Amino acid sequence: MQQITSPATPIVSLRDVQKSFGPLRVLDGVSFAVERGEVLAVIGRSGSGKSTALRCIDRFEKIDCGEIIVCGHRVDLPDVDLRALRQDVGIVFQSYNLFPHLTIEQNITLAPCSVKRMSASRAKELAHKVLAQVGLEEKLHAYPEQLSGGQQQRAAIARSLAMQPKVMLFDEVTSALDPELTAEVLKVIEQLARDGMTMVMVTHEMGFAKGIADRIVFMHRGKVHETGSASILTSPKTPELVQFVGTGNLKS
Amino acid sequence: MGGHLNINHLLFLGHGALWTIGLSLIALIGGGIAGFVIALARISPLRSVRLLSAAYVQLIQGTPLLVILFLGYFGLAAIGLKVSPLAAAGASLTLYVAAYLGEIWRGSIQSVPKPQWEAAEGLALSRTQRMMKVILPQAIRIATPPTVGFMVQIIKNTSLASVVGFVELMRSGQIVNNSLFEPFAIYAIIAVVYFAMCYPLSLFSQRLERRLGRGRADFLAPA
Amino acid sequence: MGIQLDFLAVLERWPSFLGGAVLTLELALFATVLGVLLGTFAAVGRGTHSALIARGCKVYVEAIRNTPLLVQIFLVYFGLASIGLKLSAFTVAVAALTINVGAYTAEIMRAGFEAIPRGQIEAAEGLALSRLQIYWHIILLPAVERVYPALTSQFVLLMLASSVCSQISAEELTAVANYIQSDTYRAFETYIIVAVFYIILSLVMRAGFWGLGLVLFPRRRRLGTAL
Repeated sequence: MQQITSPATPIVSLRDVQKSFGPLRVLDGVSFAVERGEVLAVIGRSGSGKSTALRCIDRFEKIDCGEIIVCGHRVDLPDVDLRALRQDVGIVFQSYNLFPHLTIEQNITLAPCSVKRMSASRAKELAHKVLAQVGLEEKLHAYPEQLSGGQQQRAAIARSLAMQPKVMLFDEVTSALDPELTAEVLKVIEQLARDGMTMVMVTHEMGFAKGIADRIVFMHRGKVHETGSASILTSPKTPELVQFVGTGNLKS
Repeated sequence: MGGHLNINHLLFLGHGALWTIGLSLIALIGGGIAGFVIALARISPLRSVRLLSAAYVQLIQGTPLLVILFLGYFGLAAIGLKVSPLAAAGASLTLYVAAYLGEIWRGSIQSVPKPQWEAAEGLALSRTQRMMKVILPQAIRIATPPTVGFMVQIIKNTSLASVVGFVELMRSGQIVNNSLFEPFAIYAIIAVVYFAMCYPLSLFSQRLERRLGRGRADFLAPA
Repeated sequence: MGIQLDFLAVLERWPSFLGGAVLTLELALFATVLGVLLGTFAAVGRGTHSALIARGCKVYVEAIRNTPLLVQIFLVYFGLASIGLKLSAFTVAVAALTINVGAYTAEIMRAGFEAIPRGQIEAAEGLALSRLQIYWHIILLPAVERVYPALTSQFVLLMLASSVCSQISAEELTAVANYIQSDTYRAFETYIIVAVFYIILSLVMRAGFWGLGLVLFPRRRRLGTAL
């Protein structure tokens, strides 16, 4: 598999991506790119296609046409090495999806041991490290159901971090959380961004996006309507973004 | 090696199959009536009634049907009560079915959503009226799929009546085999006949379950 | 006419009863272990892409669930004899019971598999786990934990159903009862005592499975809640 790794190429790039679910055209020529170390926020109404676009990056959806290159993998091609792709890309879901029958430590060490053939002791050290990163060291031997929603989401982030991905995808990771629990998760994500992780976040947290995103992509009805720095939110050009910003879709 | 399977043998098997259905019906009706009583007893406000019926169910469910059959046939004969194979099989199966149907129906009654019980109480209906007019009609709907499913168990269990000499399908097969000496072929045919009786009921029960699931989802959806 | 019941005369034979009970337990345990393996294979087979295997597993499950155990035992017994295999009654009984409980186990396991939320499978895929690893760690093991109570009930039922093996001369508890009652002429007392034995065996099995569950499922042991 040819790997394009020169520093000039974006680490994630989508070009003219199209996808339909039956008669419904969900992605209608989506293009954007993410540079190494950049934080990209993707915003838009429900049904704009933003989650679908994110899931296409990690091949959870197959696209109908277009090109997606992630860390040198041609994700749009049918013979893409999924296991190699998913070691380079980490994804965190809205519903955390922790494995309920395993402790937090086991949740984290499962993939490094099974996929990277890491020794159990090294994996446990790694688990300790990533849990410290998200502020949950004391929950090492707890089960997911013993944690609050915010703690579970942080644990899910730690679990993805343990695979040492080059890119992290966040799919509305705070949408299922009560407001008081959202802050602790956002703090972790903010720290990750400061540490230089390349991130693509689909989010409703506008204030947060404004704060840490290097660029924002606004999607509407399967198309990218505007991209740019946080300034697009304060001075939107297209009427759709004007309406979106104005209708309280966004949590400041 | 005996003769070949001829029409007489098949008629004999058919006759046995009819008795299988007959015994199943006896068990279903007798066990159904008794089971209904047990189901009500299990939720009786009187503690002694609850305990007695629970003990009955535990006793029957913890004993193999074959042992109950032997008790009814050989056991009763040994203490002077000679019963026919049909009576022994019918009584044993009735006791057996009563325990299991009683549990199924108790579960169905208790599955009727709590708000229904409370609404009926709030309308000042007496306990009997609550049961008859509000709870039981809904419980019957919930109980139908597992009851139909249990009918499959009844039909299969009638095969044990062969052991005490009652001539249903299984025993007919053993008798035919005594003249033909082709046990595998004969029992294969018998298996197919049982399958033909049971599978449609199983499918029906599954269909009812699906329809019930949909119906309850509609019931719980906002108006 | 007075009914003379003499339980003591029958209870004298308790070593025989015990022997039969031990054999019943052995039958049940062998068939349980083998049945779990068979049932798991059949449940996994139901979900494969190969239409042939999936259909074959469904046929197996439906054929067993819609025919009586007695017929199945006779088919296994005479079937094995007709291909020249002379096996002990115990082996034949285990084989028939395994085939029987395998089908019921398959249904229970399949329900357990289908209850695993899709999101967890996606999370496992996102962590680059292989299909086999996902099946084992994320689907199979939690499914077993979730359906463990249903499996336990199934295996207790299996132990009770093993009484039917008396018909192919396996010397389990019911066969022992038949022998003793014909010897003592005390059928009523014999079968009452045997019924009590079976009830005790059920309790012993349930306790055993409960303990096994605590060992196998640390989550259950620590939290006490169902998955």
